Amino acid sequence: MSKLLVSPSPHIHSKDSTRSLMLDVVIALIPAVICSVVFYGWQELLVLGVSVASCVLLEWAITKYMLKQPSTIGDLSAVITGILLALNVPYTTPWWVIVIGSIVAIGVAKMTFGGIGQNIWNPALVGRVFLLVSFPTYMTTWSKPTGLFGVDALSGPTPLGAIQEGLMQGSTVQELTAAYDYKDLLFANLGGSAGEVCALALLAGFVYLCCRKVIKPWITLSIFATVALTSLIFWGIAPERFTDPLFNLLTGGLILGACFMATDYVTSPMSLWGGVVFGFGIGFLTMMIRYFGSYPEGVSFAILIMNSVVPLLNMWFKQKKFGRK
Amino acid sequence: MSKFKLITDGLVKNNPTFVLLLGMCPTLATTTSAVNGLSMGLATLFVLVLSNMAISLIAPVVPDKVHIPVYIVVIATFVTLLQLLMQAYTPAIYETLGLFIPLIVVNCIVLGRAEAFANKHGVGESALDGIGVGLGFTCSLTVLGLVREILGSGSAFGFNFIGGNDGMLAFVMAPGAFLCLGYLMVLFNKFLKKN
Repeated sequence: MSKLLVSPSPHIHSKDSTRSLMLDVVIALIPAVICSVVFYGWQELLVLGVSVASCVLLEWAITKYMLKQPSTIGDLSAVITGILLALNVPYTTPWWVIVIGSIVAIGVAKMTFGGIGQNIWNPALVGRVFLLVSFPTYMTTWSKPTGLFGVDALSGPTPLGAIQEGLMQGSTVQELTAAYDYKDLLFANLGGSAGEVCALALLAGFVYLCCRKVIKPWITLSIFATVALTSLIFWGIAPERFTDPLFNLLTGGLILGACFMATDYVTSPMSLWGGVVFGFGIGFLTMMIRYFGSYPEGVSFAILIMNSVVPLLNMWFKQKKFGRK
Repeated sequence: MSKFKLITDGLVKNNPTFVLLLGMCPTLATTTSAVNGLSMGLATLFVLVLSNMAISLIAPVVPDKVHIPVYIVVIATFVTLLQLLMQAYTPAIYETLGLFIPLIVVNCIVLGRAEAFANKHGVGESALDGIGVGLGFTCSLTVLGLVREILGSGSAFGFNFIGGNDGMLAFVMAPGAFLCLGYLMVLFNKFLKKN
């Protein structure tokens, strides 16, 4: 901190600290966590526990034994990485796969770059994408939610996966989406990773974060608008090949990604217009991957690609300096 | 410079992969397993030693203006020789390495040693330098291949120890190559600084 300049008073004192902001994000994630535990049962609780514990332990161990610096686990950012990673994998994932995911998330994506504030990519997403590429069998075997006290264990593909599969076999989108009720998507009743299931709980968290002014809504809104617009255009042209906007907004990890991962302070642009362009990029890439890519879901890839562009966006859209015209 | 030091320099202080960062293309692309890495390293070693020797012999008579094309032709000759030999005697490895055998012609390690060392030194010294740098390249590629094979497919030199399960597939693909290379480089330079 040798470059810290202290100007003459008056100074503004802010109560915010990294810890208090991160605590707000944790609070915002609680509805989604409760929702996923209720829908998936004790297995989801195990996934969450393993993920959070291994992320925090790993960050503590790396700062203590490898970097020999004061520990940074007090700022709670590792807890959030753990929760997000858990919400991004199917609840049937074995514990050791989750531990590997945490090692990649915290060890490779965060601490290698110098810890909180230095990472280029969202750690939880790097962990998730690494697992998706490394263990496709565990990461794409979805079971339908059985509920906390449920017994049936049907396994089925995610809505997006089912549609990609169906299109390849020559069915039309109308036939395929007929199986899904949009109310089910909104209130979580379909297969998917934990974070994909309950849109409403995630949106509640997002509203909380906006009200507490922890995040600015423009990145998220820009993603939603772009996804809606892009799919509207394609759906308008060829409704039998492309899914409709509402379906695209409600399925996959779009809501989780747009509300909690794209808005990560470290890996998103600082200015308003930078954020809007960032959101546009994520939304557009997501739709391109969903419509034309080989993976059924593209939110995580889109966010990671746009994360890499953030330094450029920060350069293009500089914040206006105080007093300048 | 002692003969022993010529070889150890290529292995450690001037290690082409972990210190000089030369020849990244074959390093990243062919190290999907320890055996692949080893054979790519040995193929480069073969070309490197022979081209170093030939270039140190012809360097005094090559006009300065055309020395790079001349060196490339010399290197390409040995690569063609190697390619035909491998096609004849080790067809399986030849198939796996594929395009990366002809690409040794433009490998910057080979041309780099010709420019930086062979055209200023005698035949014997150039051969030793080729062996040293070639061994350095071979060792780095084998280690990188071994790490990627252990993590990516759960086997070492083709011997599987996790009973048919899949390893972490990302390590067999390109991202794993970059990751492993980065971390191995960190370790290598850490040990180098300690000594």
